[in-house]
Amino acid sequence: MTEQTGPLVELRDIKVHFPIKSGLLFDRTVGYVYAVDGVSLSIRKGETYGLVGESGCGKSTLGRGLLRLVEPTDGEIIFDGTDVRSLKGEAMRQARRRMQMIFQDPLSSLDPRQSVESLLMEGLKAHGLAGEKDETNRRLRETLEAVGLPASALSKYPHEFSGGQRQRIGIARALVLNPELIVADEPVSALDVSIQAQVLNLLEDLQNERGLTYLIIAHDLAVVRHIADTVGVMYLGGLVEEASSDDLYREPMHPYTRALMSAVPVPDPLVEDRRERILLAGDLPSPTNPPSGCRFHTRCPWAQPTRCADERPALRDVVGGHRVACHFAEDIAAGRIRPHEVEVELVRPTEGTGPVDPPGELIPTP
Amino acid sequence: MSLLDVRDLSVVFQRRGEQPFTAVDKVSFTVEPGQTVGLVGESGCGKSVTSLAIMGLLPKRGNKVSGEVLFEGTDLLKLRPDDMRDRRGREISMIFQDPLSSLNPVIPIGVQVAEVLERHQGRDRRQALREARDLLDAVGIPDPQRRLSEYPHQISGGMRQRALIAIALACKPRLLIADEPTTALDVTIQAQILTLLKQLVDDTGTALVMITHDLGVVAGLCDTVNVLYGGRVVERARRHELFAHARHPYTHGLLSSVPRLDSPRGERLHAIRGSVSDNIPWAVGCAFAPRCDNVVDACLEGPPPLEPTATGGDLRCNNPVSEEVAVL
Repeated sequence: MTEQTGPLVELRDIKVHFPIKSGLLFDRTVGYVYAVDGVSLSIRKGETYGLVGESGCGKSTLGRGLLRLVEPTDGEIIFDGTDVRSLKGEAMRQARRRMQMIFQDPLSSLDPRQSVESLLMEGLKAHGLAGEKDETNRRLRETLEAVGLPASALSKYPHEFSGGQRQRIGIARALVLNPELIVADEPVSALDVSIQAQVLNLLEDLQNERGLTYLIIAHDLAVVRHIADTVGVMYLGGLVEEASSDDLYREPMHPYTRALMSAVPVPDPLVEDRRERILLAGDLPSPTNPPSGCRFHTRCPWAQPTRCADERPALRDVVGGHRVACHFAEDIAAGRIRPHEVEVELVRPTEGTGPVDPPGELIPTP
Repeated sequence: MSLLDVRDLSVVFQRRGEQPFTAVDKVSFTVEPGQTVGLVGESGCGKSVTSLAIMGLLPKRGNKVSGEVLFEGTDLLKLRPDDMRDRRGREISMIFQDPLSSLNPVIPIGVQVAEVLERHQGRDRRQALREARDLLDAVGIPDPQRRLSEYPHQISGGMRQRALIAIALACKPRLLIADEPTTALDVTIQAQILTLLKQLVDDTGTALVMITHDLGVVAGLCDTVNVLYGGRVVERARRHELFAHARHPYTHGLLSSVPRLDSPRGERLHAIRGSVSDNIPWAVGCAFAPRCDNVVDACLEGPPPLEPTATGGDLRCNNPVSEEVAVL
């Protein structure tokens, strides 16, 4: 995209664990949800980093953790040379201007009782950027123009806009502070397909004009591949693969990425009739009680009896910047290990949060 | 005779003091036995209302349903509520988008599956539960014996959708309507469910009406695809024909606006301009005209008719995308 220099953001071994409380009188911590469990990545200036994964993999928590909207349990966040986690009070508040967020659902992230002008002004005022009236007005109009909304939108309220336009307001609100990093959490998943394209094109245009750095979090692999330069794939709190968008698509190396890629439907019958699906057995295990060793070994068609169940694979550089967290990535790529059948393990949504009653008998076992 | 023959189905919502709103506007399509038919469109195009009208599930007041829904020659819209109830779940069944809100949270899953068999096939509870266990097994739920006595909140979203499919297919219906069955699920789970649906439909010879906004889902599954816009069918074609040569500017626009996993990177997406709120009423002209790149004067003079195309489909457009351009 634009000139690519050193990293703007670096995450080092970020962990976000949520305690599970229980008990009547005293809040006893009975366990943790390991939402993000040791993620390291860096985002270069002017780059778009796409984070994909299925629901519950921790991708949103990682994005929020980066902005300290949830406080990480451990790890370092280096933003433009400073450790964001060590910042306090006023310094943190000032740093926030430089990193903004776009949310998934524009209707619930915009206050219905605030006009667009007041929504945009709020951030400016908070950061002491709302100076002279003419100057501020010009800034608001320019921002609206940049996101493709008419200046008349200023006096309107969120409900008067369509879904796509509301998302534009959300983008304008982030943009008006002139940030360097924008974290977009599922920016298009609530929109209709024809509108998705408009918003994706807008995000690209804005990046080209302003040299923005994006962290785009999405579950839609096709969207991420389209917009991102580098893609990270998350599974159960950890990064399992990271590569440039083209490399990842050309040769996904982690078994999970392979399955994920093969599961995405392509709107082309010729492709659909030919392609081979790697169907994963069962569901995502509970993040309160993640499997030992490689998090994916319970569902992995390539899992091996050695190492997979007891040694957690580190994210390692396999070929030219293509990082994979799998002990057997090379063997799988070379076809030395063949996929096998996987027994389905039942995953309970409530697992780990309390005792599970043994099911009663409805009919006698034959 | 077609299994399902929907003729000029219209649904008009009326509220006192407000303009009537035509959600579905003279929609016609047929489903042959064993066939899979897709209804595709974005939110507000009337695809879900169409399915609810076929099933007789629209509220009794506040709307007017007209036209004919012929199921093996019988007009479902003219049936008495009791007769319709006998058919619903036995001859035609439906699965919905959100399995958590369509399952009863306070009744064990086994009982919910067994209920259908008791109601329609006169089984006693014991026998019905035995069959329910086999059904859960058939849809790939592990350890079905134990699942029978569990509640919907105890199993995951994908498993709930499987349970819902088991309920829908319990009586081996001849027609299954699936309204966005995988939208609430993750892609890997979506792949599981679609594969399961395809396999069950092949095995039992059940015809399937697939309602979705996802063109990718349609591409792998449907024999015939109906594209809806503003409550009307704007294009109908066989699956391969539609994706290779989409003639309607809306279909063509949709196909070129979705980012594809296998398309070259860095290409700009061709967005359709404007939004559904720009639509004009069909009575005035083509509803899509304000957003269309191919708009001609005739589009604003009256609604274009749905006309057969040379390739065996139907098209509602004055100035379709030319055959050469239409190749994506």
